[in-house]
Amino acid sequence: MSDHDDNHDHDAVRGRRQFLQCMAWAGAGTLWLMKGGVLQAHALDGLAGGEAADASFSFVQISDSHIGFHKEPNPDVVATLRASLAKINARSSKPDFLLHTGDLTHLSKAEEFDTLSGVMQEAKAPQTFYVPGEHDVIGDNGAEFFRRFGQKQQGGGWYSFDHRGVHFVGLINVLNLKAGGFGSLGADQLAWLKQDLAGLSAETPVVVFAHMPLWTVYPQWGWGTDDSAEAMSYLRRFGSVSVLNGHIHQIQQKVEGKITFYTARSTAYPQPAPGKADAPGPLKDIKPGSLQTYLGVREVRHVRGKQALAVTEEVLA
Amino acid sequence: MSGARAWWRALALGVAALGAGPAGAAGKVAEAKVEIKHFAFMPEALTVAAGTRVVWTNRDDEPHIVVSAGNRFASSKAMDTDDTYATVFDKPGTYAYFCSIHPHMVGTIIVR
Repeated sequence: MSDHDDNHDHDAVRGRRQFLQCMAWAGAGTLWLMKGGVLQAHALDGLAGGEAADASFSFVQISDSHIGFHKEPNPDVVATLRASLAKINARSSKPDFLLHTGDLTHLSKAEEFDTLSGVMQEAKAPQTFYVPGEHDVIGDNGAEFFRRFGQKQQGGGWYSFDHRGVHFVGLINVLNLKAGGFGSLGADQLAWLKQDLAGLSAETPVVVFAHMPLWTVYPQWGWGTDDSAEAMSYLRRFGSVSVLNGHIHQIQQKVEGKITFYTARSTAYPQPAPGKADAPGPLKDIKPGSLQTYLGVREVRHVRGKQALAVTEEVLA
Repeated sequence: MSGARAWWRALALGVAALGAGPAGAAGKVAEAKVEIKHFAFMPEALTVAAGTRVVWTNRDDEPHIVVSAGNRFASSKAMDTDDTYATVFDKPGTYAYFCSIHPHMVGTIIVR
């Protein structure tokens, strides 16, 4: 266990420090250009020029809408999801589709799924692809989630599709979790993944998305996936692999060879940076009125002719 | 003075009831509590007499679920803030459990 600090003065200092650290990762939008596995940061304001123009298509990732959550710091998660969709709808270049990387709901309740479905109709995108979070599979191992939002390609719920030369893979890592463990893909899904990727040329850009991080962000809080290393061993031969996850309600990134890992912000509430609080619960210690700087959406653009993807973060505020 | 004596007697009876399990003097089932706070079960390991009813209470803002490793006792539903879940442990043994949505949260009930 982490050492607890019961001194109130220290608590105040720690809270302030925690807030500043969190502000550092909330920040304003940043454009990430990925070229040959190396990330280059650009200010979002500089996006209007050539970098945006050479994109052949784009898609947007949203995550962790937690419909049904109603406590501090966000008693109205429907409103912030709506604001996220409005942000996407207002863009001049429309995304080809949306990805929702899980925790659509807070407690897997039918009325929460109903609300989520209703609000998602407001998105001006032809389609949304979903993977479940652990909050979406409570009590029924995801039966209701898969019935409503599944692609129904494979019995286990995982799927893949090709879009304008990019191969997309949606993985499920929130079922059959074991005591003391992290997220889990399981032998059946890994066998399918190996086969799914086998026929692709190494030049094919690959985007893998799943709810829990497919890399070990912070084991003390269970932020990882037990058997993700096996999945990564199948992906290492590709020239450009982007792994998009949710779950931890903040942006964290890591580059490992040609594989770049990203976690997304939530549209509902932020969680503390790894180890910066006693537990990974909702981050409440935020300045009044600043919630929207912690929430946001992610746009990913395919850069024409470069087999590269550019990732742009956008906050609600 | 008599008030203090009554208090000590009540305490002694309480301890006896905990030790005696379901056959306790009042015929009531002994109860033991586990608090869920800061994404942890407290106490993480709890030892009780056979027949004790164990009550979990979620003190976090996040939901938690009590799930038996190896399905040896019934799982709870999703417990929101201040929700409780209780089950009676009749047979001696060591029962490992975890939270199915935060599986790094683990606990043990040892029934003697």
